[in-house]
Amino acid sequence: MPSTVVVRRFIKPAVFLACLLPLALLVLHAFNIGGDLGANPVEKIQDTCGQWGLRFLLITLTATSVRDWFDAPWVIMLRRMLGLFGFFYVLLHFLNWLILDQGLYWSGILTDIAKRPFITIGFAALLMLIPLAATSTKGMMRRLGKRWKSLHRLVYPIAILGVWHYWWQVKADIREPLLYASILAVLLGWRMRKALQIHSLPRSSGEGQGRGV
Amino acid sequence: MKIRPGFSAAIQPSEITAEAVYLDRRRLLQAALAAGVAGLGASWPAGATSGGAPLTYKRNDTYSLSEPPNKFEDITTYNNYYEFGIDKSAPAANSDRFKPTPWTVTVAGEAERTGKFALEDILKPHALEERVYRLRCVEAWSIVIPWVGVPLGDVLEQFKPTSKAKFVAFTTVLRPKEMPGQSIDVLQWPYVEGLRIDEAMHPLALLAVGLYGKTLPNQNGAPLRLVTPWKYGFKGIKSIVEIRFTEKMPPTSWNISAPREYGFYANVNPQVDHPRWSQARERKIGGGAFASRVPTLMFNGYEKEVASLYRGMDLAKNY
Repeated sequence: MPSTVVVRRFIKPAVFLACLLPLALLVLHAFNIGGDLGANPVEKIQDTCGQWGLRFLLITLTATSVRDWFDAPWVIMLRRMLGLFGFFYVLLHFLNWLILDQGLYWSGILTDIAKRPFITIGFAALLMLIPLAATSTKGMMRRLGKRWKSLHRLVYPIAILGVWHYWWQVKADIREPLLYASILAVLLGWRMRKALQIHSLPRSSGEGQGRGV
Repeated sequence: MKIRPGFSAAIQPSEITAEAVYLDRRRLLQAALAAGVAGLGASWPAGATSGGAPLTYKRNDTYSLSEPPNKFEDITTYNNYYEFGIDKSAPAANSDRFKPTPWTVTVAGEAERTGKFALEDILKPHALEERVYRLRCVEAWSIVIPWVGVPLGDVLEQFKPTSKAKFVAFTTVLRPKEMPGQSIDVLQWPYVEGLRIDEAMHPLALLAVGLYGKTLPNQNGAPLRLVTPWKYGFKGIKSIVEIRFTEKMPPTSWNISAPREYGFYANVNPQVDHPRWSQARERKIGGGAFASRVPTLMFNGYEKEVASLYRGMDLAKNY
């Protein structure tokens, strides 16, 4: 297991840069460096940011499981950053829709949020992400105490809404949303199992933590 | 009778192609015409010249938009052709192995002249014409394409449909080895489409064999595809191998896949939304990242020409 120093000094900055790659590629391609955004750049930005937002949320949820499965507690040190990147890309996805795609055409935007179920749930997921991002600091964790953990369980419905939002908007090819739904089902199933074990075996050590399986 | 499509002033040519490029293109076009060169493919700007063989055709201005077409590159790298994959870049990437020649079309059903016909023989009696049409995708984007083809009605007449022919059904070729998308079950293969006979006979309906003056690239439906500019793009069935005249309304692929979302008629209609998204406005391809959406026009701007086909019909029900 890498030391805290190695994680802080090397792994975390490397992961940070890796997380910026999808955005960096978009920006480079926008300037026709190493590629382009194709015939419909607005759609390209929309899809890329949406997909990476969802992927980072799933990766964030995976971090906890990876810790358990591979006995790698250091992975948790990356979790907040991964989650914030998820929020970041979701926010870009939303702002791109609002500004470049809809051109701040408010009547259309409000109608879409109210009337198009897939947009409604996507918007709901975004709204729920805001308090999580806002309380992601150490200070807020301390201040909220136990309530912090309860609040951050919102990430489960958010991830479900996110996958659902994606699934609902594809025309016919559900393979990618199906993949995300399966990953999410495994991750949430695992947590449920763990929670049940903790409840049924309040005093067992190790097993109760859901480790070593 | 001459019908001049009344296209809205809301669409500015400059939104699609830089004016200088546009003017340049027009000049080249005129120069080519003056020189008596029929195959204009080589006159389009660089990039427009790759692909098929040059065709001999005449421009039909009556049925052409006054706005300039999109770039050849956009038309040939951004489109839906699920037989070659789902992404809009997939058709260009995955259609190399497809062989559009030789090509035979089976004509069947309620007509006097049925059988198998070589594509050349079907086209021979007709003069090719160029028509610049706007294609409006059901996904709420649009693109302007200079098609080369023949009026569908003229082609259908040569098979002498009987009075029982109320509809025309079309089928795309089934070649999973050359069309990798046909190995994915997103739609039922082969792709099928259909028109009411009066829609098929409408002078705007075109059987396209080329674009930008050259034979169709594989990714755009080579060697023969349907173009019905007042309908959503998915009605424009590609790589047609069968034309069948029927008495009953034929099944259509997207309607089979999602009947609540895609009807038989699929007329462009800004008032009738897709159940999941609005059809009121569309994004014009080629405008770049900062162009805003523009209002979608009834029947994609071809209302004057085709509205009479649907008189008395509830278009919200017959979507």
